[in-house]
Amino acid sequence: MKLLTFTRSLATQAAKLPNIKTFKIYRWNPDTPEIKPTMKSYQLDLNQTGPMVLDALLKIKNEQDPTLTLRRSCREGICGSCAMNIGGRNTLACLCKIDTDSKKDLKIYPLPHMYIVRDLVPDLTHFYKQYKSIKPYLQIDESKLPERENIQSVEDRAKLDGLYECILCACCSTSCPSYWWNQQEYLGPAVLMQAYRWMIDSRDTATNLRKEMLQNSMSLYRCHTIMNCSKTCPKGLNPGGAIAEIKKSMAFD
Amino acid sequence: MAKKFSGLQKEALTLYRKCLRSVYEKPVENRQNWFSYIHSEFNKYRKVSRRDFATIEHLLRLGNRRYEMYKNPSIKNVH
Repeated sequence: MKLLTFTRSLATQAAKLPNIKTFKIYRWNPDTPEIKPTMKSYQLDLNQTGPMVLDALLKIKNEQDPTLTLRRSCREGICGSCAMNIGGRNTLACLCKIDTDSKKDLKIYPLPHMYIVRDLVPDLTHFYKQYKSIKPYLQIDESKLPERENIQSVEDRAKLDGLYECILCACCSTSCPSYWWNQQEYLGPAVLMQAYRWMIDSRDTATNLRKEMLQNSMSLYRCHTIMNCSKTCPKGLNPGGAIAEIKKSMAFD
Repeated sequence: MAKKFSGLQKEALTLYRKCLRSVYEKPVENRQNWFSYIHSEFNKYRKVSRRDFATIEHLLRLGNRRYEMYKNPSIKNVH
């Protein structure tokens, strides 16, 4: 009897009707800059596609349109390459499930307010430059250099949880209206959270220098606690909270 | 009366002059290559409408980025 139901369920599976969903994807080709960006539609059968948006994009690229350009690498949310705006929300394509309701189109754009290299690929040069500007590495005075391992207590290590997991996908920074309008001067949530991560590191001795660098009206204080960053973070981190902590620690300097 | 240029036109001209000037930093025997390269790159987009701001701004960004790259003294020649 059990065997019978098993074969029956397989038969139902095979007879499943195709579930066709439309994907509208932002296209722009730098080789023909005078042609304006367009939204191109692609039809996919969801029963033949993997569950994530990245699966769908790769299926389109493999089977329908090899010119579709996107960044991707790990397909499991650890590299941050496939950050894009999916259905109005900045997220990683590899961590975003496709809504199985085929009546609604899924719109996919590159990260908002960034210069576009091609199709879904944004130019992150400036973002990486900003990250470099906060000196994201351990700075220790020569005199305090430990002779053996640089030991950290369990409590001190616990402070870094929720900060070190950031993969710099730029989802949060590009969701922040303040960053949209002041990209040149404001550092943005992702970079500020990393600044905070190095500030509270018990082994780092340059905390005051780091604070001094942020002590102006633009770098840090353009954050108006809009909190889009924490809402959108695909890794579930809280950049808004980290920025608030920096502000708190700098309030009486 | 001298012709007045718009801001964007001025920016494009600045980039063009900057590029031509920087050719004189390159070795004498290769300068002709550089000139023809710069001319061909600018000529490629001669047809872009002057009201097409978005495209011109993109091309200016691209041009400036390439200028910064080719300015490097270790780059001697272009084909």
